[in-house]
Amino acid sequence: MDQRATTSWQRAPPAGGRPPCSAEDAVLRTFFCAAVEALTDRLYGTALRFTRNPAAAEDLVAETVAKAWMHLPQLEDRVCFEKWIFRILANTFFSQCRHAREDPVDPCDGDDAGFSIFDRLHQPFLLWWGNPEQELIHKLLCEDIDHALAALPDCYRAVVIPVDLLGYSYAEVAEMLAVPVGTVRSRLNRARAQLQRALWNQALAAGLVHGTPAKEDAHD
Amino acid sequence: MTEPDRIRCEEVVAHLLEFLDGEIDIGRRERIEQHLAECRGCYSRAEFERVLRQRLRTLDDASPPDSLRRRLKSLLDAF
Repeated sequence: MDQRATTSWQRAPPAGGRPPCSAEDAVLRTFFCAAVEALTDRLYGTALRFTRNPAAAEDLVAETVAKAWMHLPQLEDRVCFEKWIFRILANTFFSQCRHAREDPVDPCDGDDAGFSIFDRLHQPFLLWWGNPEQELIHKLLCEDIDHALAALPDCYRAVVIPVDLLGYSYAEVAEMLAVPVGTVRSRLNRARAQLQRALWNQALAAGLVHGTPAKEDAHD
Repeated sequence: MTEPDRIRCEEVVAHLLEFLDGEIDIGRRERIEQHLAECRGCYSRAEFERVLRQRLRTLDDASPPDSLRRRLKSLLDAF
């Protein structure tokens, strides 16, 4: 078992510097435990999508929870707890990447041409009778989408997961990654095109659509 | 009253994802909203992107292993 999280907690001061057994701390602890328990599945799922590794995801969640407890007195509004702890999770992941020199903000300079499932499937004359592009999205399994997400390069997952899955703004992601907002925007555009390309190819392989495969490195 | 500048489909497509992300200036946002209210093709494209985004937001959570649950329990017990 990775001891980092336990160790960091053991070094942590009591919440807000108050005696650990005060009634206020007991309320805080009860709130924290319930909130963490309710979010454990989502925290682990997001950690797994970031790391693509179950053991690393487990470490990431444990470290996130330890940090969240340590910094809980800084959380002004408990209504914001969910967004706050997911931000800690993302920041912790990016910090681990930098520490391991696996920086997810390495530039992806390739000319990742745009790709759109809509352009492949939309048929204007079917407007009132069917919507093949939306039907395809509904037919895809979660594992299809997870597989496509996992296939993205780190620098693309580092923007797609916070924005598309967690709902962060470009500015928030830029701050977390220490890159300009314009970089987040351009990587997001390339990441989404690549994600749709992967989904299209998976849909073809599964027989959900007919057509030609999307080339990974060419304009479609 | 002067009619606001019209926006072409190409410009809508170029800025659609930023529009859906709420990351666009108010002037362009209003022009795109107006365009989407009048152009079926662009409206359908926007709806497709919204549906895809919704799928991403509602992906199933992974089931955490028992080892993580035990680890969190021991962490929380120590708090």
